[in-house]
Amino acid sequence: MIRQLSRPHRNRGDRIFQGWTWLMAATVLALIGLLLYELVLGALPAISRFGFGFLTGQTWNPVSGQFGALPAIYGTVVSSLLALAIAGPVGLLAAIYLAEFAPPWLDGPLSFLIELLATIPSVVFGLWGLYVLVPVLRSPIETTLHNTLGFLPLLGCTPLGLGMLAAVAILALMILPYVTAVARDMLRAVPDDQREAMLALGATRWEMAWKAVVPYARSGIVGGMMLALGRAVGETMAVTMLIGNRPEISACLFSPSYTLASQIANEFTEATTDMYVSVLIELGLILFAVTLILNGIARLLVWRVRSKS
Amino acid sequence: MTMNHYRWRKITNVLMVGTATLSATLAALALIAVLAFVLVKGVSALNADFFLRLPTPVGVPGGGVANAIVGSLIVVGLAALFAVPVGLGTGIYLSEFGDNRFGDLVRYLADVLAGVPSIVMGIFAYIIIVARQGHFSALSGSFALGMMMLPAIVRTTEEMLRMVPNTLREGALALGVPRWRAIVSVVLPAAAGGVITGIMLAIGRIAGETAPLLFTAFGNPYWNTNVNEPVATLPLTLFTYAISPYDDWQSKAWGTALVLVGLVLIANLIGRRVWRNVGAQK
Amino acid sequence: MRYLSIVSLFLTAAILAACGGGAKPVSRPAQSPAAQSATIQITGAGATFPFPLYSRWFYEYGAKDPSVRFNYQSIGSGGGIRQVTAKTVDFGASDAILNAEQRAAAPDLLMFPTVAGADVIAYNLQDAAGQPVPGGLKLTPGVIAAIFLGEITQWNDSRLAQLNPDVQLPAQNIVVAHRSDGSGTTFLFTSYLSQVSEAWKQKVGVGTSVEWPVGVGGKGNEGVSGVIRQQPGSLGYVELAYAAQNKIAYASVQNSAGAFVAPTLASITAASDAFGNALPADMGQLLVNAPGKESYPISGYTFLLLYKDMADCAKAQKLASFVQWAITEGDQTATELLYAPLGSNVEQKVVQRLKTLTCEGGKPVTGK
Repeated sequence: MIRQLSRPHRNRGDRIFQGWTWLMAATVLALIGLLLYELVLGALPAISRFGFGFLTGQTWNPVSGQFGALPAIYGTVVSSLLALAIAGPVGLLAAIYLAEFAPPWLDGPLSFLIELLATIPSVVFGLWGLYVLVPVLRSPIETTLHNTLGFLPLLGCTPLGLGMLAAVAILALMILPYVTAVARDMLRAVPDDQREAMLALGATRWEMAWKAVVPYARSGIVGGMMLALGRAVGETMAVTMLIGNRPEISACLFSPSYTLASQIANEFTEATTDMYVSVLIELGLILFAVTLILNGIARLLVWRVRSKS
Repeated sequence: MTMNHYRWRKITNVLMVGTATLSATLAALALIAVLAFVLVKGVSALNADFFLRLPTPVGVPGGGVANAIVGSLIVVGLAALFAVPVGLGTGIYLSEFGDNRFGDLVRYLADVLAGVPSIVMGIFAYIIIVARQGHFSALSGSFALGMMMLPAIVRTTEEMLRMVPNTLREGALALGVPRWRAIVSVVLPAAAGGVITGIMLAIGRIAGETAPLLFTAFGNPYWNTNVNEPVATLPLTLFTYAISPYDDWQSKAWGTALVLVGLVLIANLIGRRVWRNVGAQK
Repeated sequence: MRYLSIVSLFLTAAILAACGGGAKPVSRPAQSPAAQSATIQITGAGATFPFPLYSRWFYEYGAKDPSVRFNYQSIGSGGGIRQVTAKTVDFGASDAILNAEQRAAAPDLLMFPTVAGADVIAYNLQDAAGQPVPGGLKLTPGVIAAIFLGEITQWNDSRLAQLNPDVQLPAQNIVVAHRSDGSGTTFLFTSYLSQVSEAWKQKVGVGTSVEWPVGVGGKGNEGVSGVIRQQPGSLGYVELAYAAQNKIAYASVQNSAGAFVAPTLASITAASDAFGNALPADMGQLLVNAPGKESYPISGYTFLLLYKDMADCAKAQKLASFVQWAITEGDQTATELLYAPLGSNVEQKVVQRLKTLTCEGGKPVTGK
């Protein structure tokens, strides 16, 4: 292959140029190394003090210096998964509509809108959530649910507006454009042969979309959803403004909760002791690890589905 | 039996196409609702003072977010100044010289970097700049934002350069120019549109980031153009105003949101415009 | 054209690369002395409790002395202590008195009381008939502790009803709001609860952030006020100025002499006067649960935290002049915003103490 010559004919300009680009690449490498090093170094006091118990501890008591990350981990995982459970199907269906059923005149503007919405800053979603979503959630939505189905532990606590449900709703809204945009692109990339073959067999339009097009694009769709999940996990501002900021594990959807990112955002500049700071950096490290694992799973899934087809 | 089955298929078809339509409508409506509120509530907070004046303390009427607009431009501009050369250079390396172990490592780690949550980047900038320098600064905020831009720039640059047909490279090399000249004056210009689009989209994405600025850029009620001092930025100002209990500040929060969304959209539109122009030329 | 722009891009890149890879822009650009003397920028961080007042003070002082700008960010008292200890800011502000550990971390840090204020028990409540309940709901220390311990969960609890026979309390859950960040307002409130409730002292204790038995967290006094305003049936503690400015109703609290006292300038001043001359040498005086019939029991000083020896003489001088101005000439703004100015004996002690400040390794902080 000629693009990257195995034995480039070199002159001085080439060496300098290649050296410069190499230096930039090495800089990126060094920065990432530094990031990991500093995070681990910062978290080390907390790690050696609390060990693995930190991951399962439920107490968060700065007065006595006892810290456990489980409530924040739980809040992060639950809020992101629930958000994906809402935004995933809705986003996929919306993408199927856009790619398969939408009239051409509607497709352009709708797609454009959805792409632009993916760029709206998180703090703006937080503002909207705080003043528009939360009042509506509190009453009528949560109040009605509580009054009719309050015997379920899931809906048994006082409807606050602020809390897990608000965070889930805003996260779902925020990742919806991602899921939709990626899924739509994947569906578009499916060759028309698939559709035509299915229709020729007498399939309905839905059967065509669901049985011939979606499976073909499955790998990309799943990958897109995992990426959206990663975004939800690391999402900070909107969640901090809506989740109620309470490090507690509760089965109830309305109860105030916490996520790793929002706990760091609230407490990092204010942590009064070195151990407290170290604990928060360890939360950051955990958050990093969680996103890394999620992205890893996303790749693995995509790779497996691809290698199968 | 077959008749029933057929009817059932028809019903499913209608139901599911309907559900898909409904989903798309719902998604669009919910998202339009966000934009509509920002637009309506934001516009009523806007006036000349809002763009030209400094913020006033609570209880003193008037004032604006002029310093935050300028501050955001400074912080984002500096971030680009740091991330663009590094990202561009890395992208060129990966595309032109990077089919080796080192290249794979950089590629993989750049992907990892893309997944790092913004708040973690804030901690990083705090540790290596704020804590070390001993003060909050615009620079530390820019560094955090620049780190967030890096992976996107690296990836687009590499992808765009790889899309440039090899015949172009070969043609240039055949003329006897050195490789670096071939890359700089033939390959890069051919990919410039895509690369600039990628940069603009990355800028649009970080311009609204708040979390990494909480413990870096910090905030400032005054004009500040010294990058070594704390600086006001639009997202942080918006956050402060949004969670405050004062009606005046809450209204300013909507105004700030509108300005911020406006800036982000402009960055995006410029990016798309460049892309389209280049596409038209080809 | 495009060629040119690419080349210029590369030039920038090359220059940046030459300056050390452009990766760690940490070096401080040289400032000309002229630029330095033009305006001095002093950064501070800390308590949200006095933020409405401080932001006004800095605003007014800026008009008086345009050569200095104070950038004060209200990130919470815990943050103020943390950041001033890490020396990332020039001064800190806190309503929490430095504890032994914090003093050990920064032995050179001095506390200067500026004004006294009060934590009020603010609420957002409609009575059984749907009418908003005005300020002045009566609360005893025991009831407050029970609410925050999660023992009283309903507004129509008999203990609340007994104290307020003329209010039709609704059968509604009490939504407790508290701070999510490290806060001097919390320190003051938990100090108070620990003094009046043995159960609180045992289960929760005193701190700038504590493990709350119940409730929703809001960031800053702003955040908690925001939660209370938005949330029907809520109750939380915020600084008086926040409640008053936002027209949030707040309770009268029974003091140690048995009287129900509303938080006002007079009742806060009474509390600080009750401790009168007893200011300890480090000036870290708590005002909670003050004796006297007039005293509001959840009062407290708020402090500025300055280093005894500051790194920069120009900044030290400006800071000292500002504090002097604030505690003497800033009184009117303070009272306007419902903060109680220092009593004259406390004020004198602060002025005396300001004179002991030094800079750049022992030089006296001179002039105004």
